[in-house]
Amino acid sequence: MTQLRKTFLALAAATAFVTIAGAAFADELSIMASGGAWQDAQRKAWFEPFSKETGAKILEQEYLGDLGKVKAMVETGNVPIDLVTVETATVLQGCDAGILERLDYSKIGPRDKFIEGSALDCGVGLDAYGDILAYDPTVLKEAPTSVLDLFDTTKFPGKRAMRKFPAQNLEWALMADGVAPADVYKVLATPEGVDRAFKKLDTIKKDIVWWDAGAQPAQLLASKEVVMTTAWNGRIQNAIDTDKKPFKIVWNNQILEYDMIAIPKGARNPELAYKYLAYISKPENNAKLASYITYGPVRTDAASFVAADALPKLPNAPDHLAGAYLVADTEFWGDYGEDLVKRFNAWLAQ
Amino acid sequence: MSALQPSELDRPTLARDRSAADADLKSVSAALRRAEFGDRMRSLLLAAPLLVLLALSFGIPIVLLLSRAVYDPTIADALPKTTVALAGWNGQGLPGDDAFAALAADLKDNQAKGTAYELAKSLNARLPGARSQLLKTVRKLENADGQAALDAVKSVPFWSAPTTWPAIRSGTNSLTSFYLLSALDLRWNADGGVERVPPEQAIFIQVFLRTFFVAASVTLATLILAFPLAYLIANVPKGLAAILIVAVLLPFWTSILVRTAAWTVLLQKFGLVNDFLLLIGVTSDRLDLMYSRIGLIIAMTHIQLPFTLLPIYSVMRTIPPSQMKAAYSLGARPFTAFRRIYIPQVFPGVMAGCMLTFILCLGYYITPALIGGASDQLISNFIANYVNVELNWEMAAALSFILLVFTLALFGIFARVLGLDRLKLV
Amino acid sequence: MLLSPYPTTGERIRITLLWIWCGLVILFLLVPILIPVPLSFNSGAFFIFPLEGLSTRWYEVVLGTQRWQSAIGNSLIVAFGTTLIATTLGTLTAIALSDEKFPGRRIIMPLLLSPLIVPVVITAVGSYLFYARVGLASTYAGIILAHTALASPFVVVTVGASLTGFDRNLMRAAAISGARPLTSFFRVMLPLILPGVLSGAAFAFVTSFDEVVVVQFLASAGQRTMPLEMFIGLREKLSPAITAAATLMMGLSILLLLVANLLARRGRKAPA
Repeated sequence: MTQLRKTFLALAAATAFVTIAGAAFADELSIMASGGAWQDAQRKAWFEPFSKETGAKILEQEYLGDLGKVKAMVETGNVPIDLVTVETATVLQGCDAGILERLDYSKIGPRDKFIEGSALDCGVGLDAYGDILAYDPTVLKEAPTSVLDLFDTTKFPGKRAMRKFPAQNLEWALMADGVAPADVYKVLATPEGVDRAFKKLDTIKKDIVWWDAGAQPAQLLASKEVVMTTAWNGRIQNAIDTDKKPFKIVWNNQILEYDMIAIPKGARNPELAYKYLAYISKPENNAKLASYITYGPVRTDAASFVAADALPKLPNAPDHLAGAYLVADTEFWGDYGEDLVKRFNAWLAQ
Repeated sequence: MSALQPSELDRPTLARDRSAADADLKSVSAALRRAEFGDRMRSLLLAAPLLVLLALSFGIPIVLLLSRAVYDPTIADALPKTTVALAGWNGQGLPGDDAFAALAADLKDNQAKGTAYELAKSLNARLPGARSQLLKTVRKLENADGQAALDAVKSVPFWSAPTTWPAIRSGTNSLTSFYLLSALDLRWNADGGVERVPPEQAIFIQVFLRTFFVAASVTLATLILAFPLAYLIANVPKGLAAILIVAVLLPFWTSILVRTAAWTVLLQKFGLVNDFLLLIGVTSDRLDLMYSRIGLIIAMTHIQLPFTLLPIYSVMRTIPPSQMKAAYSLGARPFTAFRRIYIPQVFPGVMAGCMLTFILCLGYYITPALIGGASDQLISNFIANYVNVELNWEMAAALSFILLVFTLALFGIFARVLGLDRLKLV
Repeated sequence: MLLSPYPTTGERIRITLLWIWCGLVILFLLVPILIPVPLSFNSGAFFIFPLEGLSTRWYEVVLGTQRWQSAIGNSLIVAFGTTLIATTLGTLTAIALSDEKFPGRRIIMPLLLSPLIVPVVITAVGSYLFYARVGLASTYAGIILAHTALASPFVVVTVGASLTGFDRNLMRAAAISGARPLTSFFRVMLPLILPGVLSGAAFAFVTSFDEVVVVQFLASAGQRTMPLEMFIGLREKLSPAITAAATLMMGLSILLLLVANLLARRGRKAPA
């Protein structure tokens, strides 16, 4: 019995400690990010300089890129994080579910100075990345010239890897089926357009390997499991630069997307969080990330601040926007995302 | 006890003796009951710590979460006026103007409170397309009151579609069967009956069957591999047995992520398995083992093998070798002795191992995500997706509940058929 | 013991086949977990053969950084805590349940199994929602509690299986001979069910040691475990550092087992 009492005392003490620990530290900013090289880059470009400038201490918390834990935090009313980095689709989900704060842009910066679609109600853009096509020229003798070559199995036979998610794939399918980039979202908003996109995907379904985690595309190329893969440009660039892989990126018909940062509802320190958002949204600071990882700024007026040697590798470098490209329509995915994800999952399972 | 009852033949003259015997008997059976009661209490006390711990650390949290499968007050909370207005509606055609007006008022309230998006998301789960229509209506309502507000709602054709109001009405009922039905590919139709969802939306039954199929295949594969090895380990000298056990346990020190990655290296097109098959000339072409059902089953079999093996081995260890010797000395041939003496005693271990593996397989989702193809995703992949990506915990709870019920029912049937009850396992 | 006293030729063939089969099974068990060993010395960042070159850079990452060290420490704390509680309580429960007169045995057993059946992500969310309200989220105690729920069914099942062969009359005999219940448990029952208890403990350990989903929800930066560390960054890169960590853990476990074996032998040789 005494043993039991001791355990309970220990538990109670632990509880008390956690409660006290939770109440203190007004000058701490707790940021949840999804780790890896991307978080390292943010640390160098933003965390450390911000900390130096304001004297605030930054606590980094990693998570596995999903919003479930944030929802659980908000529901219990115990939110030990002030900021969370997420994908656009996740911002839309979290906004609708009421677990992300609706942002007050007067505390961040002029909303019209952000690239279209990168300043959302519940999340503000951190950087721009490209959904691109990557291949290994030592395997593929003829070079693909557009992402849409995914759909050409006669010219490029073999397996191709695509992300296990409807966004981007449906857009590419429609473009490959002859829809002009400007009309893609108009067509995709109709049931016939959705059918058309899935019908196009059907033509290569048996040749597709689906990737889930961002680490997979480079691995799939390196192991020659696939002849080409869609990917986030930063990952492939990283394989080329640091791992000396001979991969090539096809920018023509890339889709531009944004990484986002958001404030969970009930965050302990929203004022400091806004201060941080304002800091990283200044054009000169916004451009800094590009020096550490090949993702571009989201402020339209930040281009001139990007380091000269970093510029050519960014997805929104002038050279890479010379061909066709599409800016992901976040509003469209907010409206139709849930239904299309459902349809996509059912289509995959069949 | 009945054997001790005084028989009918006893004569009345023996009444005195009989009552004395009765008294003895009563005290004996009372003592027995007391002893039995004591045994039971001791058993209960032994089991109590774990049962209490599990009830607190697992039971309460899970019941609370799974109850979301049938209890979802989001829509009722967001549409109080509409709920009242719909109380008098008979469910046929469209409800009266009062319902439209109540909806307009509720939507304006939600917009003011900032909960319109939550409502839109919740309704969209039940009524595809509702999200954008609802938000469009909210925007139209911004500066409209009274008749103008009513007109604004009516000007959106969506609110006059035949499926809309039945869905809203079912949504205003916090106790709902919607998610459980969806988890079984079923839905309510306009007449209040249950029907199957159209085939392009029906996935879950298929995924449940696939999950059970994969789990059963892996269980069988592990049994075939594990039983002989367990038998060998249980019957070789101690030193050798220790080394073999270490080999079996070694995978436990390697993260499931690492083991999955290792299988990727082995199974991929230019991987070691394909190299080996080509080398020995079994195949002339490289096989697509990755992203296939067979690759998934191979990798899962590897991860599960120790879980099937150890219970079998631990039971085999308790069987004294003298028993088999006795059987031999009584003239039983090895095979007969094995079948008649050994197998029945090992059976509980086999059941325990297979049960653990089967159940664990139902929960796999990291390995299917990384090694399986699109049509090899198991039910937990969908549940995890609902939890983490779609944030639809009601649906996740419903799928988990169905999985739990299916699995327990399966074991109930299994226990009946095999008489596991006697084996004290289930 | 594999052969009967007077083996026939057929029997000898069967035993030879048994050895071959078991050799193949061992190969099947070991090859995939040995794959990470050479890969951990790969100088390249991908999981492919042939290796691009030899290097110890991934070991420097694992051994040289505070993060990995504390992750390994946290994993061991949580796993040993879980194993201790789950094995003790699970064994007691299995003994209680093996008594046919235990009230409600048929209902309790399936309930005990349900932590294995409920998908772990549901357990993770449910535990977080509840534990956060009672102050157990982001504590070792919370993680150990949740892991105990996941691990104890293994112990109950394996110990239960080894108890089916146990003759309860042995305990009565011990009691009649004057042994106190505790003595007869340790001297009579435990030695016989020990393989089952140890199997259960092994399962409990690995359940906790390799668990990432519950940890992802319940842990904050202070309780980050090794599997969590391995999964972090999967969005970015599947770092070969995880193969180095795996190799180290395997080396460590082999070392521990060897030491335990040596100690056991020395103990046996020493005069009683």
